[in-house]
Amino acid sequence: MYKKIFIEPLFKNNPVSVLVLGICSALAVTVKLEPALVMALSVTIVMGFSNAIISSLRNTIPNRIRIIVQLVVVAMLVILVDQVLKAFAYEVSKQLSVFVGLIITNCIIMGRIEAFALANKPLPSLIDGIANGLGYGIILVAVAFFRELFGSGSLMGYQLIPASWYLKNGGFYENNGLFILPPMALILVGVFIWVQRSIQKELIEK
Amino acid sequence: MQELVNIFVKSIFIDNMVFAYFLGMCSYLAVSKNVKTAVGLGLAVIFVLGVTLPANYLLFKYVLSDGALAWLNPEYANIDLSFLSFIIFIAVIASMVQLVEMVVEKFSPGLYSSLGIFLPLIAVNCAILGGSLFMQERAYETLAQATVFGLGSGLGWFLAIVALAAIREKLSYSNVPAPLRGLGITFIVVGLMGIAFMSFMGIKL
Repeated sequence: MYKKIFIEPLFKNNPVSVLVLGICSALAVTVKLEPALVMALSVTIVMGFSNAIISSLRNTIPNRIRIIVQLVVVAMLVILVDQVLKAFAYEVSKQLSVFVGLIITNCIIMGRIEAFALANKPLPSLIDGIANGLGYGIILVAVAFFRELFGSGSLMGYQLIPASWYLKNGGFYENNGLFILPPMALILVGVFIWVQRSIQKELIEK
Repeated sequence: MQELVNIFVKSIFIDNMVFAYFLGMCSYLAVSKNVKTAVGLGLAVIFVLGVTLPANYLLFKYVLSDGALAWLNPEYANIDLSFLSFIIFIAVIASMVQLVEMVVEKFSPGLYSSLGIFLPLIAVNCAILGGSLFMQERAYETLAQATVFGLGSGLGWFLAIVALAAIREKLSYSNVPAPLRGLGITFIVVGLMGIAFMSFMGIKL
């Protein structure tokens, strides 16, 4: 049962490409691979713990004020992550700018708390949170991989395309500037959804 | 005055919340199926951004930022509460949305029923929290600048969602490849709209 909870959000029930949650931050931090990895890790941690905490409180939270309670728990975890990033990875935290704070309003987190943590025990909720964070991370890393490779010719900051290939050095190659621009992230996610729905025919909309 | 106009135009077109920063995407994609509901949600976002940004600006300037508590007592001059800003901002937004909902329900039942479920949804719209965080990061100097930035960002979001809703209404008559239908083609359309908006990017104000 735990295995199923863990495997499904990775591809079959992916939070980004199937449930359309958390698009906001998924697209803005994917110009380079490194911030995308950090962002994926932060979201996974926040989601795992917020799911587990809310799930262990689920019988004591009054239904009417649950949104505020959820926001406070998530905001607390995000503040912790933000402070840790500022202390140990200052450069990346500058690149992510406001998007660390925006994890609070990331719809995946609220969505999983509402849909899963409020009805399940803490351990499955923790696994569900981590698995959904990883599913989100897969899309993030895939988009960032293509954008950095084609847009800057590098991965994780290491130059992959040899410098002598470039036109300015007398070669034949030029980076595709379109991949650096924000709209390309949307088009890439659109293409991922296209590929996934060609494989999983039951997801096709009428 | 000229400064204010610059911020206003810049926040609508050049730094558009949707096309430049992808904020508020979840509701942007979910509620853009027809123009009428898109207009309702867009108006609500303009309103909430215009109300929460000045409130958060005052809080940040006089309570949270480094040394801000000095007006209370000179001894507090070296207190820096800015690490609390996330939690304060989201609390202000959530309570402001609740307040707006109650006021609208009391004084304008017509508007209330047309906005309906969108008002509570706005509390978790990232464009609203994003507006406050950008206000903090870009360090706007006066209350007027923060307010104008809020209204401009709201208007930019409004224009974006109405435009997408209009395109999607037309799109439902076209023959899209089956796996791309619905969500996939919407993403690609938003991407193309974003490229169109990029033409504003070179403009210096």
